[in-house]
Amino acid sequence: MTLLAPRTDSSRLETYEDVPRPITVQPGRADRIFNAILGGSSATVLLLLAAVIVFLFYYGFPALREAGFGLFTDKTWDPDAGQFDILPLLVGSIAIALLAVAIATPISLSTALMINEYGPPRLRPWLTGVIDLLATVPSIVYGFWGLLVVSNLQAAPAKWLVHHAAFIPIFRTFNPTQQFGESIFACGLICAVTIIPIITSVSREVMAQAPRDVCEAALGLGGTRWGMVTEVILPFSRNGILGGILLGLGRGLGETMIVVLVLSPGNHLTGALLGPDGLGSVADQITENFVTSDHIASSALILLGFLLFMTTMVVNIVARLIVQRPNAAI
Amino acid sequence: MAQTFQVPASPTRQGSLVPDRPNRRVSVPRSTLFEMGGSAAASICLVWLSFTVAGITGPFGFGVCALVGFFLIYGVLCRILYGAFFMRDRLATLAIWSGAFIAFVPLITVIIYVIFQGGSVLIAGFPGFLVKDFSGYTANAPVTAVGAGAAIVGTVEQVGLATVFTVPLGILTATYLVNSRNAYAKAVSYIVDAMTGSPAIIAAIVIYVLWVRPQKTDGQTGFAAALALSIMMLPIVTRTAQEVIAIVPASLKEAALALGSPQWRSILRVTLPTARVGLVTAVILGVARVAGETAPVLFTAGGHPGYNWNPFSGPQDDLPLRVYEMIFQPGVNARRDAWGVAFVLVIVVLALFLFARFVGSRKPGARRLPAPWRRFRQTAQGDAS
Repeated sequence: MTLLAPRTDSSRLETYEDVPRPITVQPGRADRIFNAILGGSSATVLLLLAAVIVFLFYYGFPALREAGFGLFTDKTWDPDAGQFDILPLLVGSIAIALLAVAIATPISLSTALMINEYGPPRLRPWLTGVIDLLATVPSIVYGFWGLLVVSNLQAAPAKWLVHHAAFIPIFRTFNPTQQFGESIFACGLICAVTIIPIITSVSREVMAQAPRDVCEAALGLGGTRWGMVTEVILPFSRNGILGGILLGLGRGLGETMIVVLVLSPGNHLTGALLGPDGLGSVADQITENFVTSDHIASSALILLGFLLFMTTMVVNIVARLIVQRPNAAI
Repeated sequence: MAQTFQVPASPTRQGSLVPDRPNRRVSVPRSTLFEMGGSAAASICLVWLSFTVAGITGPFGFGVCALVGFFLIYGVLCRILYGAFFMRDRLATLAIWSGAFIAFVPLITVIIYVIFQGGSVLIAGFPGFLVKDFSGYTANAPVTAVGAGAAIVGTVEQVGLATVFTVPLGILTATYLVNSRNAYAKAVSYIVDAMTGSPAIIAAIVIYVLWVRPQKTDGQTGFAAALALSIMMLPIVTRTAQEVIAIVPASLKEAALALGSPQWRSILRVTLPTARVGLVTAVILGVARVAGETAPVLFTAGGHPGYNWNPFSGPQDDLPLRVYEMIFQPGVNARRDAWGVAFVLVIVVLALFLFARFVGSRKPGARRLPAPWRRFRQTAQGDAS
């Protein structure tokens, strides 16, 4: 560890110039007014958040009062009859997000490593740019493409899994037709494509901060490149990677257009992920029914929106806290 | 170590520029190429044979099985030739390259797909496709009868309004968050972060219930859509602007204060002008992100297929909304036209993105655009040039 000392010192000196020194200023009247304007405008963000939360809860409350614990025990989604079965919708949304993250994480991490360590250095800014570009392509385009291409491509393997691997509960289909396109699995697959840029860019930035001389020392001691990755880079960037994965999870939970375009939703609480009509999705339920529904039904949908919003906010805040936590020394 | 001081890491490029990184060139020996090629050929043949025997078809399954087979065969080969230690490294290298390949395939596929499906529509209806609207759409209308003109007008007006609402607020907020370090600023900064990833459909619900529904039939306007987009855009602009303002060297502001300028003047005349380039980038990136959002405009814009120049009254069209509506329209030509509109949307978003990149590649405080070829040299050498 003593070997590391000069490095940490130098890096501290390096950044020292740009760290703002604490300055004691006597603010004049103009300064105080200016600061009040700045503080006030930043309060709008807080107000916006508070307004959204209060609004969603206020309008969703009638449904909550009517349903009570029936939210989790009811058998169907029929708000006019007082039946609110939110469990299949929530489980479906979470299943899509988890699937997407499970598929996207290994791909993103290897992309980040390829850009930073394995790929040609000259291409590095270009590849980073392409990843950012992937994040900018609108999700409706991904959804449309997924509907026509990915959904069909995964149908044959899904069919094979249903026929040969149905002893694992998730490899089943709820609706025993011959269709395998509009499933939770297809949605997760397409959402993974939209999540890859997020996890890649967060973890790539963190991995690039790994102390270079420790990496070189690992190589100099006769380690392989993979040894350097597992012993230096991954331990150093563990928090950042975890935070990036959680950010991706938040994005997957909130993904709307892909699910609306691809999923053929049902409201059955089932573990089967292949094929249509099984689980539903919160975003899809809201989009399909919101404008046409009246008082209590729209209240139920707003309640769903409230749950979705709070879940994503919590996931995102936890993600940021983890990313910003200082890394343990190697 | 001494080198570290000669090339100070610029905070903007810390990711891409690591000061004491050796310029190592790794060439792949020919033997490795032979080993990999042989394993790949063996795997493909094996999978093809077993698929034929078992009577299975399908490109997706074939690709997955061939890849797994390639890894197994190559792993065994390396184990025999070089031992377990180097086998792990070889397999990891392979896994990382194939993972990266899988990540880049969708982008290229999507772009090619949009170009082929939508580009042909745009060319077939050029230039009318950029001018006409969808009010003349019928189930078997030819390409020349429809166009994305009304949708382009809607997108420009709605995103423009949202930009006007959010940019001043976002930049002021970002300035505050950078300049104060109290608990309140920290909390706001976390919330801004979290809200950048909030579900887009929430913005649509909020504006629909608060603004559209009370006005009964004429609530759906371009203005309502702009409000919903603003909810999405405010955190995005604030977050990016915050990053940009934070990298303005503190010494500049300190110099202004030392010369006797009050704080407000040092921020308005020194900090913000220095960050000007970055702020423009932040705004353009925010616009690019929001222009492609479909969920917020779903219930709010109304999706009127014809021209409506006035965003404050009557339903308006919008590029992503038009794509969405055309996907679910009956008729053989609906999806063809949807691809045409999607192509226009992708072109708009990518053009904004590339423009933001180009502007953003200028140094903080720069007044003129650098020559394109010099940009990359700067990236390679850091700020030393």
